[in-house]
Amino acid sequence: MTTWLTARNALVVGVVALLALVPVYAATTGNYFLMSLFTRIVILAMAAVSLNLIMGFGGMVSFGHAAYLGIGGYVIGILAKEGVNSGFLQWPLALAVSALFALIVGALSLRTRGVYFIMITLAFAQMVYYVAIGLDRYGGDDGMTIYKRSQFGDWISLSNKTAFYYLCLGLLLVTAYLVWRIVNSRFGMVIQGARSNDRRMRAIGFPTYRYKLVCFVIAGAICGLAGALLANHTDFISPAIMHWTRSGDLIVMAVLGGMGTVFGPVFGAVALVALEEALPAVIRAVTLPFLGGDAAARVAEYWQLVLGPLFLLVVLYARGGIDGLITGARRG
Amino acid sequence: MLYFIEQCLNGVQLGMLLFLLAAGLTLIFGIMDLVNLAHGSLYMIGAYFAATFAALTGSFIAGALLALLATLVVGMAVEVIAMRRLYGRDHLDHVLGTFGLLLFFNELVRLIWGPAGMTLPLPSQMLTAIELLPGVYYPVYRLVIIAATMAVALLLYLLVMRTRIGMLIRAGASNREMVGALGINIKLLYTLVFGLGAALAGFAGLMQAPILTVQIGMGENILILAFVVIIIGGIGSIRGALVASIFVGLIDTVGRAFLPDLLRLFLSTNAASSAGPAISSMLIYVLMAAILVVRPEGLFSASNR
Repeated sequence: MTTWLTARNALVVGVVALLALVPVYAATTGNYFLMSLFTRIVILAMAAVSLNLIMGFGGMVSFGHAAYLGIGGYVIGILAKEGVNSGFLQWPLALAVSALFALIVGALSLRTRGVYFIMITLAFAQMVYYVAIGLDRYGGDDGMTIYKRSQFGDWISLSNKTAFYYLCLGLLLVTAYLVWRIVNSRFGMVIQGARSNDRRMRAIGFPTYRYKLVCFVIAGAICGLAGALLANHTDFISPAIMHWTRSGDLIVMAVLGGMGTVFGPVFGAVALVALEEALPAVIRAVTLPFLGGDAAARVAEYWQLVLGPLFLLVVLYARGGIDGLITGARRG
Repeated sequence: MLYFIEQCLNGVQLGMLLFLLAAGLTLIFGIMDLVNLAHGSLYMIGAYFAATFAALTGSFIAGALLALLATLVVGMAVEVIAMRRLYGRDHLDHVLGTFGLLLFFNELVRLIWGPAGMTLPLPSQMLTAIELLPGVYYPVYRLVIIAATMAVALLLYLLVMRTRIGMLIRAGASNREMVGALGINIKLLYTLVFGLGAALAGFAGLMQAPILTVQIGMGENILILAFVVIIIGGIGSIRGALVASIFVGLIDTVGRAFLPDLLRLFLSTNAASSAGPAISSMLIYVLMAAILVVRPEGLFSASNR
């Protein structure tokens, strides 16, 4: 095989080390906002990694991936509301329900290709969104507070912020490892083959529909787990968790980091959330000499005016994302 | 029964509005092979323009006409500045790029018009209701919407099927390279088609403006409904879009109005009133799924590209 000491692997190690050190930094400086922010980044990165499994490697552009975040989250929220707090029950159920939903959506939408697939996955996610709004008992449009995080007996207490952060980070790394193993297995080769040329794969005897469906279900289940984590992190669940722009954000993370690479979405998640947090400050700093304090602060509120066109520029000029920038590869 | 007729009319009205959006989307997809998420933004901008111009001129009609023109110009500008660079690329690129544009437009509207919504007051003669059948009263403005959108649909049909521009549009949809090779200015044609789609979306937005509040993000929910319409109708087919939008409009409206009552026959009142809204909002997606099982390419698949 090739050498292990590549720019990409160095970046992976660097980012993982950075993520692992966040609680240490938070503990020494007392900046717990940063840790909460990074917990969110890690959870969203997990969702983006799962999306990348089907989108980057399988060529299935799902525009409804946030639905699984919502389903996983709502399983936690509904069970907590009904008095079931055991994580040993909640989490497997979150995985199972999102896998089941992925099975139904996948079975229907994988019959189609291209734009149809994009729009159908979006439409199904939107359906779940409206169902969640209709759930009056569980908060409807306003959502509901989760008063008790998942309980794992004496094993781990999710109320401990540091422990919860390391749990999320650990699950992210397990997910990335799992995706790496899948992608390099025979199964993963079939999936990637089907992305390049589905008809040819079928001609040499692979029932690609079933392979893709299994891949779709795996990605949905992982994202459902991420949703369970997110609900535990925010102690709150509302339909906003699966608003369709969230699905867009996940796609942006995957593309920004580098599609079709195992760790790219993690870079993308860190970069996107960091960008969202930093852009207002950057705009304020840049416009301050021209506009003065008050006006600069007001302009900084409109940071999405910069973020939106930035996406367009990434699409047009940096298609390989962050991963492509460091390895010099252009992915199409 | 009277309530049923009223709800059917509402359904047709929603359907025709959906058609205006879906026709633009499907034209743009059929000819430029472009997935445009920012289409809902043009709907929103149309409504904002209408509210602004109507307030400036003091006339609803003048405001609407100016707004239509302005949305057309904005659409063509967007095409020249941004969309043009996306043709021929992956659909994922379209999704991402236009998603960025959508964020940009939402923020731009917030910057120009502020975060609070606007209202577009109707002229007084459109505020009344008329008696359609004995006992059936229906607001005049909603009838105006139905009539105006149908007229636009007819104009669109005449434009596409009976004029030279329409012939070029149809030719462009079936074979782009050949049209270009025959010496047609394909770039200009694309800009015109995009502008036409934008104007249709803007028209839908400004017609809807007096009924709803004009607000940021108003185009997004209806955009997804329009996606459902073109999936059902078959992407690239205007006829499919027409049939599917009436279908979707009727099922959505009538379902929301009557499903809770229907459920009450089988379930307890409590269960029905809580499950009713959730189930009726699922109806059109279930319809979409059912149609996809039978015809994965939609009802009127335009081509087998």
